[in-house]
Amino acid sequence: MDATTVNLHKTHDHHEESFIRKYVFSVDHKVIGIQYGITALIFLFFGFTLMMIMRWQLAYPGEPIPFISSWFSETSMPGGIMLPEFYNSLGAMHGTIMVFLGVVPLAVGAFGNYLVPIQIGAPDMAFPKLNMASYWVYFIGGIVMLVGFFVPGGAANSGWTAYPPLSNIATTGQTVWLFGMVFLITSSLLGSVNIIVTIIQLRAEGLSFMRLPFFVWGQLVTSFLLLLAFPPLEAAGVLQLMDRLAGTSFFMPSGLVVSGQVLEVSGGGSPLLWQHLFWFLAHPEVYVLILPAMGIIAEIIANNTRKPLWGYKSIVYSAIFLGFMSFIVWAHHMYITGMGTTINSFFQTTTMIISIPSIIILTSLMISLWGGSIRFNTPMLFALAFLPMFGIGGLTGLPLGLSASDIPLHDTYYVIGHFHYIVAPGTIFALFAGIYYWYPKVTGRAMNEFLGKIHFWFSLIFINGIFFPMFIVGLAGVSRRLYDGGASYAHAQDILYLNELMSVSAWLLGLAQIPFIINFFMSMFNGKKTEANHWQATTLEWAATPSPPVPHANFIEIPKVYRGPYEYSVPGHSTDFTPQNQA
Amino acid sequence: MQIPYTVEQRQDTGLINSKLGIWLFLASEVMLFGALFSSYILLRVGAIEWPRGAEILSVPIAFTNTMVLITSSITMVMAWASLMMKNFGKFKLYLGLTILLGITFLCIKGFEYNTKFQHGLFPSTNTFMAIYFTLTGLHVLHVIGGLIVNIYLWGPGAKMWKTEPEHFTNRVEVSGLYWHFVDLVWIFLFPVLYLL
Repeated sequence: MDATTVNLHKTHDHHEESFIRKYVFSVDHKVIGIQYGITALIFLFFGFTLMMIMRWQLAYPGEPIPFISSWFSETSMPGGIMLPEFYNSLGAMHGTIMVFLGVVPLAVGAFGNYLVPIQIGAPDMAFPKLNMASYWVYFIGGIVMLVGFFVPGGAANSGWTAYPPLSNIATTGQTVWLFGMVFLITSSLLGSVNIIVTIIQLRAEGLSFMRLPFFVWGQLVTSFLLLLAFPPLEAAGVLQLMDRLAGTSFFMPSGLVVSGQVLEVSGGGSPLLWQHLFWFLAHPEVYVLILPAMGIIAEIIANNTRKPLWGYKSIVYSAIFLGFMSFIVWAHHMYITGMGTTINSFFQTTTMIISIPSIIILTSLMISLWGGSIRFNTPMLFALAFLPMFGIGGLTGLPLGLSASDIPLHDTYYVIGHFHYIVAPGTIFALFAGIYYWYPKVTGRAMNEFLGKIHFWFSLIFINGIFFPMFIVGLAGVSRRLYDGGASYAHAQDILYLNELMSVSAWLLGLAQIPFIINFFMSMFNGKKTEANHWQATTLEWAATPSPPVPHANFIEIPKVYRGPYEYSVPGHSTDFTPQNQA
Repeated sequence: MQIPYTVEQRQDTGLINSKLGIWLFLASEVMLFGALFSSYILLRVGAIEWPRGAEILSVPIAFTNTMVLITSSITMVMAWASLMMKNFGKFKLYLGLTILLGITFLCIKGFEYNTKFQHGLFPSTNTFMAIYFTLTGLHVLHVIGGLIVNIYLWGPGAKMWKTEPEHFTNRVEVSGLYWHFVDLVWIFLFPVLYLL
C-alpha cells in the first residue's frame, strides 16, 4: 500500500475487489468487526424487546397486551394473553440472545476484532480467513436460534441454563437451541484462537506485554476463558443432544415420572452432571462479559482524566488472576443442589478469593480519577457510571457467594438484580462508552454529544428503575421464574406494585435508546469530521493511523513503540499526551 | 498486505502463527474430551452397576485399531520428515499411507459398530453403551476431520510445495500435530472403555 492509494481511499475504495469480497465475505478485520458489531447490536435490541414483552405479563398478569397482540399467533397468545409456555420461551431466549448473541459478540467479536490489531500495531488478525469463518458461523448460529421460534412448541423454554431433566423432555425448540449453541461455541473458539495468536505474535516492535493497553489485556484473558471454558459446554450439549435424539440417559435419573407416567428410558443418569458442565462454562462466561468492559473503561478513564492509569500492573495481574480463579468457582451456582457442606465450603472460599482481584481493578480505576482534570464527554459519563453500577452488582453478589445466605436468596429476583447490575449498567454501559469513544475512529466522524448525553442520563435513571427494585422483590421471596410476577404469593402482596414500576422503567429505557439509534445513523453522514487523533490519546489506534484506518494494511507504515500505554501529562512535555510511537 | 511470522519464527516468542494456533486449538480439545472423560467418571461412580468393557466390547478389534492409529502417527511424522529432507516423493508415499491407515481405522470402527447394532446394543441400551457411542463417535468425527485435511494436503494442497516449500512443510507439521492428538485421544479411550 503506497501513500497515494491511502490518500485516494475515500474516493477510490474499490481496488480490484468486488462488493461481496469487500463487505460480505471480507477478510479485513475492520470490516468483520463492523459486521459483528451491527449483528450483535440488532440481537441486543431483539433480546431487549423479548424482555419488554415479558414485562407486560409481569406488571399486569393475565391482561391482554395492547397494540402488538396481533403480531403473535393464537398458539402463543390467545386473545392477546400470553401463555405460560410462551412466557418461558421468551425468558429462555432473552437470556441466550443477550449473552451469546449480543454482549459477547459485541465485546469480543466487534471491539476485539476491530481494535486489537490496530492497538498493537498489526496489519490484520493472524488468521484473516478464520476470522471471516468465525463471523459467519456466529451468524448461522444466530439464525438457527431464531428458527427456534417457528418450530412446533415454540423456542427453547427451559431457561437459558437448560437444566435437565426438564430440558430433555422439552419441545423441539430445545434441540434447535442445542444446535445453535454448537455453532456459537465453534465461532467463539475460532475467534479466541485468532485473538490470542494475534496478541502474542503480531505486536509491533517495542510493544512488550507490559506496554499493552489494558484493553488488549482484557481481550487476551477473555479469549483464554472462551478457549478453555466453552468446550465443556459443547460436551454437555453433545450429551444432551444424545439424550434428546438417540434416547440415552446421561441426564435422566431412573424412575423419572412425567405426567403421572414413568418415562421409558434406561436411566442411571445424573441431572447434576449437566449443572456442573454448564456452570463450568457459565461462570468464566461472567468474566468474559466483564473483562472486555473493564478494558474499555480503562482506556476511556485514562484518556479523559489526562493522567496515567493508577496501578496499571496491579490491574493487569488482577485480570490474569481473575482468569485463573474463574475456573474454580463454578459450583457457587449450585449450593442448594445438595452437593454437601464440604464442597460448598470449598466453593465459597474460592468465591471470596475471586472478589479480591475484581475489587483491586475497580479501586484502581476509581483512584485513577483522583486529581485528574476530567473531561465529561459522553463516553466518559458512561465510564463513570460503570464504576458505581458495577460496584452495586459486585457487592450484592457477596451474599450469593456464601452458601448460608444464598439458600433463601437462590433463584429469587435478588439474583436477577445482582447479575443484571453487572451486565446491563455494567457491561452494556461500557459497550456504549466504547461505541461513543471509538465511533470517530471507525467512521471518521464524531457522534453528537447532546443526543449522547440525553441517551446517557435517561438510560441511567431507567436502568436503575428496573434493577434496583428487583433486590426488594427478591428479598420478599419472589422466584425469578414466576409467570405472574409473584401475584400468587400471599407473602409478596406488599411489593407487587414494584412490578409495575420495573415494567414502566423497562419500556422507558427502550424509548431512551431512540436518541442513540438516531445519533448512530445520523452521525455517519452528518457527524462532525474529526482529526485522526480525535481524543488526543496515546495508544496506537489513535496516534499512528488515520480515521478510519488504512484499508487492509491498517498503517501506512507499521509503527514502532517506545513507551507505555498511558503517558498523559508527562512533566516537561509540550502536549499533555505522549503517544506510544513517539520516540 | 502480508501477515508476518507465517513462515519465519518471531524472535522473542520462537513461534510461527499457525503452530501457536494449533496448540491453542488442541488445548481447547483437551477441555472438550476432558469434560467427557470427567462425565464418564461421574456417571460410573454414581451407577449402581457398571459392566466391564471387555465383557461387551471386543478387545482384539480395539487393539488392532490402536496399532493402526499408532502406525499412522509414525507415518505422519515420516511424511513431515521427508519434506524436511526435501524428498517430495517419499512425502507422498508416507502421507498416502497415513490416509489409508486412517480409512482402515474407520472401516474397522464401522464394522465394530455394526456388530453392536446387530446384537441389539444401542446408545439407548444403557449408560455404558451411551458413553461408549458418544466418546468413540466424537473421536470418529475427529478422525474424519483429520483425514479431510490430510487428503487436501496430499492432493490439491500439495501444489504449494513448488511455490512455498517452507510454508507447505509447516502446514504438514500442524496437520500432524492434530493427527497425533487424535491418536492420543484413542490411546486414552481404549483402556477406559475396553479394559477398565
